[in-house]
Amino acid sequence: MSSNPDESGVGVNAGEVLLDAHNVTMQFGGLRAVNDVSLRVHTGEIVGLIGPNGAGKTTFFNCLTGLYKPTAGSVEFLGEPLPPKPRLVVRAGMARTFQNIRLFHNMTAIENVMVGMYSRTQTNAIDAIFRLPRHRREELASTKRAKELLDFVGLTGSGDSLSRNLPYGDQRRLEIARALATDPKLLLLDEPTAGMNPQETRQAEELIFKIRDLGLAILVIEHDMRFIFNLCDRVACLVRGEVLVEGTGKVVQNDPRVIEAYIGAPATEPDWQQPGDRPGEGVADA
Amino acid sequence: MELFFQQLINGLSLGALYALIAVGYTVVYGIVQLINFAHGEIFMIGAFGAFATWTVMGRPADWPATTALLVLLPLMMIGGMVAAIAVAVATERFAYRPLRGAPRLAPLISAIGVSVFLQELIRLFFGTNPFIPSSSWPVRIPGWPDAKSAVPFPSVTGISGEIISIGGVTIQMPAVFTLGALAICTVFLWYFVNRTKTGRAMVATSQDPDTARLMGINVDRVIVSAFAVGAALAAIAGVAHGLRYGNIDFRMGFLAGLKAFTAAVLGGIGNINGAVVGGLVLGVAEAMATTFIPGQFGSSAWKDVWAFVLLIMVLVFRPQGLLGAKVVDRA
Repeated sequence: MSSNPDESGVGVNAGEVLLDAHNVTMQFGGLRAVNDVSLRVHTGEIVGLIGPNGAGKTTFFNCLTGLYKPTAGSVEFLGEPLPPKPRLVVRAGMARTFQNIRLFHNMTAIENVMVGMYSRTQTNAIDAIFRLPRHRREELASTKRAKELLDFVGLTGSGDSLSRNLPYGDQRRLEIARALATDPKLLLLDEPTAGMNPQETRQAEELIFKIRDLGLAILVIEHDMRFIFNLCDRVACLVRGEVLVEGTGKVVQNDPRVIEAYIGAPATEPDWQQPGDRPGEGVADA
Repeated sequence: MELFFQQLINGLSLGALYALIAVGYTVVYGIVQLINFAHGEIFMIGAFGAFATWTVMGRPADWPATTALLVLLPLMMIGGMVAAIAVAVATERFAYRPLRGAPRLAPLISAIGVSVFLQELIRLFFGTNPFIPSSSWPVRIPGWPDAKSAVPFPSVTGISGEIISIGGVTIQMPAVFTLGALAICTVFLWYFVNRTKTGRAMVATSQDPDTARLMGINVDRVIVSAFAVGAALAAIAGVAHGLRYGNIDFRMGFLAGLKAFTAAVLGGIGNINGAVVGGLVLGVAEAMATTFIPGQFGSSAWKDVWAFVLLIMVLVFRPQGLLGAKVVDRA
C-alpha cells in the first residue's frame, strides 16, 4: 500500500483522527521503555509499528489499552481522554490481540467470542436467573453474532472445539474474532503472524484487509517486513522506546537508520561499547 | 445390605449439605484464588436469616403441609439467602477488595477475622439483642430468642420429623430436601455458568483475569457475583441444616465450613462439579466409617477423624483432587 502520494504519512483511506497518542512516556523505575512517542491513527487506516525486540512496541500497546498508565503524555480516543480502566477502553471501542496467544483455553471457540461481547450486551445476572425473555433473546442474538464472526475469520464449524485444541493459526484468528466481538473502532494486533507459515501469513493479510473494509482502523505490531509493507498505509519504527521514523512503507524501508537499528551500523566500534545497548539504559542518543 | 443402603442415604444427604457449602469455597477460589474462611459463617448467617424471617413472620407453627411448603419454606429460604448474600457481598467489599493486590496471606487473615466477627455478631445479636431490647422497644418482636448457644430451628410441616421408608431403608424428609436442593442447585449452576453472560464472564475471569479485563469484563462485578452465588447456596444449606438437626447455633459454621472446604479440596478446588462430587464422597465416607470400621474407631465420635484422614490421603496421593483442580494457565 505504498501507492500513497503523501510520503509523510496519512493513508488514502484515512478519515478523522481516531487515536491520538501524544508524547507518551512509560517509565519502569530506571527503565524508560517508551519515550515521548506520538502517534495518530485515522479511521480506515492500517498503521504498522515495527522495531527490534525490546523497542517498547508492546509496552506502547499496553499504554493504549489502559493496562499501563503512561508516566507522562496523553492518549485520546475519539477526542476523549482514554478511560482509566481496560474494560472502559474496550467499551470506548478499542480491542486487541496478544503477542502470546491469550485465549480462554478451556472455553470453546464460540464461548471465547461471546466473552468478547460482554461489554456490548445489556442483560444482567437478575435477568438470567429469572430467565426473562430479554435474556433469552439476547443469548440467541449473541450466539448468532458469534457464529457470524467465526465465519468471518474463517473458523466456520470450529465453534464447539475447545480453543486450546485448535491449530495455532486458528487460535490467532479466534483471538481476532474475540476482539472483533467487542465491536471496536480500532483493532490493535500484537504480532498477528508470529509463528505462522507463509500461507497462513497470507491468509492473515487478507483477513486484515477484510477487517479494514468493515471500516475499522488497525494498528499492527509485526516483525515480518514483507507482511507489514504489503499491509500498512503508514509505518512507524520504534527503536529503544522512541519513534525513529514514521511514514509510508517506502520511506521507512529505505531509511538508513531503520536498517541500522535492525542490522547494525558499519562496525566502527564493537556493539557492546555503545551506551544505549546496555540493559536498563533505555534512553539513547540515537 | 440394608444397613449399607441406609448409611449410603445418610451419607449422601450429609454430603449434599457439604456440597452446597463447598460450591461457595470453590467458586470464589476459582476466581480470586482466595480461600474464604468466612464462608462457613455465611452458611450460619443463612440459617439465622431464615430463622429471623420466621420470627418476623410471627413464628408461625403448625401450618398445614401445603402452606408450610409453598409459603413458609420459600420465604425462609429467601430470607436466609438475602441475609447471606448481603453479608457475603459486604465482606467482599470491605474485607477482601481493599486487599486485592496484597500478598496472599493478608486476605486469608482478614477472612479469619471476618469469621470471628460474624460469629460474635450473631451470638450477641440473638443472645442479648442490643438492637431490639425485649422490654423497652415499642415494636418488640414477640419471642425474640434469648439464646446463649443453640436456637431451636422452626419446624416446617411436611419436612421436619417426617420420614419415608423404602424397603427397610428409612429416609428423613430433611435429607430429601437437602438432596433435592442440591440437585436443583447443580442444574441451576450449570445453566448459570454455561448459558449466561455473567457465567461465561466468571469462567473467563477464572482462567485469565487480566485478559478478561482487556476484553471488557467488569472483573469486580464478576467477583461479587461469585460471592453472591456461593452465599445463596450456603443459605440453602443453612436451612437444610436447621431442618435436619432441629436447632442452629452461632458456631455451626465452623465445623461445617471446614468439612465443606475439605470437600472442595477433595473434588479439586476451583472445580464446581468437583465440589459437588467431593461433598457427596466425603459425606458417604463419613457415614460408612461410622458403621463399617470396627471397634471404638468406628463410633460416631471418630467420624471427623476419618473425614480428615480422607482429606490427607487425597492430598498426598492426588493433590489436584478427584476431578482435578482448576489449572491457572497464563501465557
